[in-house]
Amino acid sequence: MPDLLLELFSEEIPARMQRRAAEDLKKLVTDALVERGFLYEGAQAFATPRRLALTIMGLPVKGQDVREERKGPRVGSPDAAIQGFLKGAGLTSLDQAKIESDPKKGEFYVALIEKPGRATTDVLAEILPQIIKAFPWPKSMRWGAASAEAGSLRWVRPLQSILCTFGPETEDPEIVRFDVDGIASSDVTYGHRFLAPGEIRVKRFDDYAPALERAKVVLDADRRKDMILHDAKDLAFAQGLELVEDEGLLEEVAGLVEWPVVLMGSFDEAFLDIPPEVIRTTIRANQKCFVLRDPKTGGLANKFLLTSNLIASDGGKTIVSGNERVVRARLSDAKFFWETDQKVKLEERLEKLKNIVFHEKLGTQYERVERIAALAKELAPIVGADAALAERAARLAKADLVTEMVGEFPELQGLMGRYYATLQGENPSVAAAIEEHYKPLGPSDRVPTDPVSVAVALADKIDTLVGFWAIDEKPTGSKDPYALRRAALGVIRLVIDNNLRLKISEPAFYASAMHQYVSYLRSRLSELEDIETIAEKMRSEELEEAAIKFGGGTKAIELEDAREFFGNRDLGVDLLSFFADRLKVYLRDQGARHDLIDAVFALEGQDDLLMIVRRVEALGRFLDTEDGANLLAGYRRAANILRIEEKKDGRAYNEAPDLEIVNAQGQIEEKALAVVLNGAKEEAQKAVEAEDFEGAMRALSRLRQPVDAFFDKVTVNAEDPVLRENRLRLLNSIREATRTVADFSRIEG
Amino acid sequence: MTSEPAHMNPARSFQGLILTLQRYWAEQGCVILQPYDMEMGAGTFHPATTLRALGPKPWRAAYVQPSRRPKDGRYGENPNRLQHYYQFQVILKPNPPNLQELYLGSLKAIGIDTGVHDIRFVEDDWESPTLGAWGLGWECWCDGMEVSQFTYFQQVAGFECSPVAGELTYGLERLAMYLQGVESIYDLNFNGLEGDRKVTYAQVFQQAEQEYSRHNFEHADTEMLFRHFRDAEAACRKYLEAGEPKEGSNDSRHLMALPAYDQCIKASHMFNLLDSRGVISVTERQSYILRVRELAKACGAAWLKTEGGGMAA
Repeated sequence: MPDLLLELFSEEIPARMQRRAAEDLKKLVTDALVERGFLYEGAQAFATPRRLALTIMGLPVKGQDVREERKGPRVGSPDAAIQGFLKGAGLTSLDQAKIESDPKKGEFYVALIEKPGRATTDVLAEILPQIIKAFPWPKSMRWGAASAEAGSLRWVRPLQSILCTFGPETEDPEIVRFDVDGIASSDVTYGHRFLAPGEIRVKRFDDYAPALERAKVVLDADRRKDMILHDAKDLAFAQGLELVEDEGLLEEVAGLVEWPVVLMGSFDEAFLDIPPEVIRTTIRANQKCFVLRDPKTGGLANKFLLTSNLIASDGGKTIVSGNERVVRARLSDAKFFWETDQKVKLEERLEKLKNIVFHEKLGTQYERVERIAALAKELAPIVGADAALAERAARLAKADLVTEMVGEFPELQGLMGRYYATLQGENPSVAAAIEEHYKPLGPSDRVPTDPVSVAVALADKIDTLVGFWAIDEKPTGSKDPYALRRAALGVIRLVIDNNLRLKISEPAFYASAMHQYVSYLRSRLSELEDIETIAEKMRSEELEEAAIKFGGGTKAIELEDAREFFGNRDLGVDLLSFFADRLKVYLRDQGARHDLIDAVFALEGQDDLLMIVRRVEALGRFLDTEDGANLLAGYRRAANILRIEEKKDGRAYNEAPDLEIVNAQGQIEEKALAVVLNGAKEEAQKAVEAEDFEGAMRALSRLRQPVDAFFDKVTVNAEDPVLRENRLRLLNSIREATRTVADFSRIEG
Repeated sequence: MTSEPAHMNPARSFQGLILTLQRYWAEQGCVILQPYDMEMGAGTFHPATTLRALGPKPWRAAYVQPSRRPKDGRYGENPNRLQHYYQFQVILKPNPPNLQELYLGSLKAIGIDTGVHDIRFVEDDWESPTLGAWGLGWECWCDGMEVSQFTYFQQVAGFECSPVAGELTYGLERLAMYLQGVESIYDLNFNGLEGDRKVTYAQVFQQAEQEYSRHNFEHADTEMLFRHFRDAEAACRKYLEAGEPKEGSNDSRHLMALPAYDQCIKASHMFNLLDSRGVISVTERQSYILRVRELAKACGAAWLKTEGGGMAA
């Protein structure tokens, strides 16, 4: 079976786009083929900085022949109908049609249409230009003389040539001929830009890949990565050093070369005084080089590894010395930043935060720090932190944003603050909190445990959430530009991992942040002349409302006002349900059953994150026991009967059973159940109040035996209506008792 | 290179580097222009790039443009940073299909041998908010050092480029430092001569760097600069209006796009100076950039109505 080879040769494709582009090419071409009925045995796509390549193995030479019978008009129909039929079926005269008959319609014409399958090359020549013209690059461009015309070809960078062949292994494949905006397909490609720039004629993938290899192009990105990693480790090993591995950098570097050659350079040992993270970031971000660790000291070595794209005639001497020059200049800058930054204390930098706008409607970083500090102080006792330390840490937490180092390398925020705080003698918890208050950054990031860090991390995230909720910038669908979902998940993980008791409806949790925010709005008022100016300047209706609301009075804004203000726009409720959703996602990711989560959330007043989690866990364990499973079965039986009878009677049986009736007329099993129910419910309630969910489940498990016995021996629908009603009420008590731990109706399976 | 005298060798002489690049690009059919006689932040601001990139007419030019970045001043003390430096700018519209090869040819001309130097095209998308312009291209690396910017202009002054122009910008001082193997800009040999006759970059520019840093950061008259900004903005609008085709006339060309654009350049530089004096707050910053962009867009629109912009008489 024949194979397809396609290569799209262009000017340098951004490294970050290559892998995805190769996958897209494969999917688009194979999907288009399958859609037209062309099946294939296998496909592989590749990318280098200058080419996307695709090979599809085992395609048919042509598509399936199609035979179709088309019914026509009755024999003897008017000429117009006959002509229409002939035209539609592609026949020239009625002789080409056959006549069939059935009892209903009588005799009628039938055309037999035979469509031979199209040649695969024709189909390819049709679909490939379409795919190329509509290729989903994240960013694309026009170029050259052709760009004077509207609708000219767009590609990631100028597309230079197209190679496309199709044919079986046994004979010479043919060129699939097509043309895209003046670029005609051929069987020609080119080798490495400097090492083998000449034309290469290619037949099929089997000779394409080796020909490129000879022309110093490694087609497969994963092989380039392996080569780089292998050579880098070898070079490091030879010097008694270890490579500091960096998958992201490796992927990027492999996208910058067609023929990787790893070389080692060095820098002055004096630079090792700079924090290792800074050295690594500098060398990585600016130079795309790897750093090395010295196993003897555990610290970095004064060496780096670069990946060039050249087998240099001088063995790489010039390349190494050029790179060393740049690394030296970069590290000199970093050393300068490191030393200058230390001359100004973090607290002295706070004024400068007034120049950094956090968000147009949420004020500057300075104002944000004020809010976070107040909030951290308030949260401190709840999380077991020293309030003064928490406030201090929050106050300094953003100061490093205005250091030279973070200005140059924003990814070092927090870490530099910690270094500088330590150097200026801050309490170690304060220094740690400056770094850790951004954490956890994602589901796999470490959660801080030092109470001071926890207080500031919570304050930072809650302020963000409340602020963006207040200005109605909530995440929608896949859009979450301010990473609010991550902030909420961060809060959840901080609370749960640290066993914190924090109710999400409690003022300390968010109303205080709201209070801070309203104070901020108010402070803006004194700065600005009038309400109109504010509304115009901030383009915010909410600010206008706030201005009207709080602008006139002189009394300090009370928490109640804040609540009222935000309560009006359902902010509190809305934010809580956002937390609930995030918590469900979190629990699901932890492997909890979603129905159990729903069963717990269905209860009233579930706003203590930790208790929700504990309850879900306990419920899961209980249902795994035999008692649990049987109780659930008993509950369902009770609930089903109740549902049917309540519907039939058009009323609910919510009242407590009349124990006198039970005692006077009830069967023994009924009496037993009534007694146990009473006790078990009370016990379960007490256990829940004591936050002993295991105990609550244990109490409920006592119900299992009497419930089973009741259903065995007692007829609920007794003839005596009084007895029947009381039995239904008894069933309702089972439902009520289980509600002490969860809403069993939500449990599935 | 062998026919050149040693003091013209780009590896020894800063001016030799400039002259070599000029000669190379002249051979590619570029008109060799002289620097524009106004203060500007980058060679892109030169009307030979900004305005000529608009409209259908072919255009090839190369020139040195002194670039003023007031904020980058370091009182003549930083070996890598200047508030006034030279860019070598090349613009080819439409970009020829072999522009990358032409660029590599220019490196060869100044003595960069691709047999020992590692040349790389690393993604870098260019955007100028003040000019309402963007393009896709690369930073060109030589042995890990960025030596040029390579951009295919997609939009300028808010208008689609049709056809697209290719723009090359060489940072001359940095390139010369590498070629001459010096660690400080001030150590560059300017004229390529030795001994008493040698003139260094420091001799030519260090005093200016010191004086202008004082000016840019401490003494530039901000009241005057604010006024000049407003004046330039108003003048730009006034000239644009005066140059509009007269109603009822059968000549639909704009008559004063270039003088109006000068005022846009001026406003941009006034803004840069005010910014370096630290008197523009973060929120204001955006609105100033927007104001300059509006001028640039209006000038671009006017240019498209001139002969140079492709409008027939």
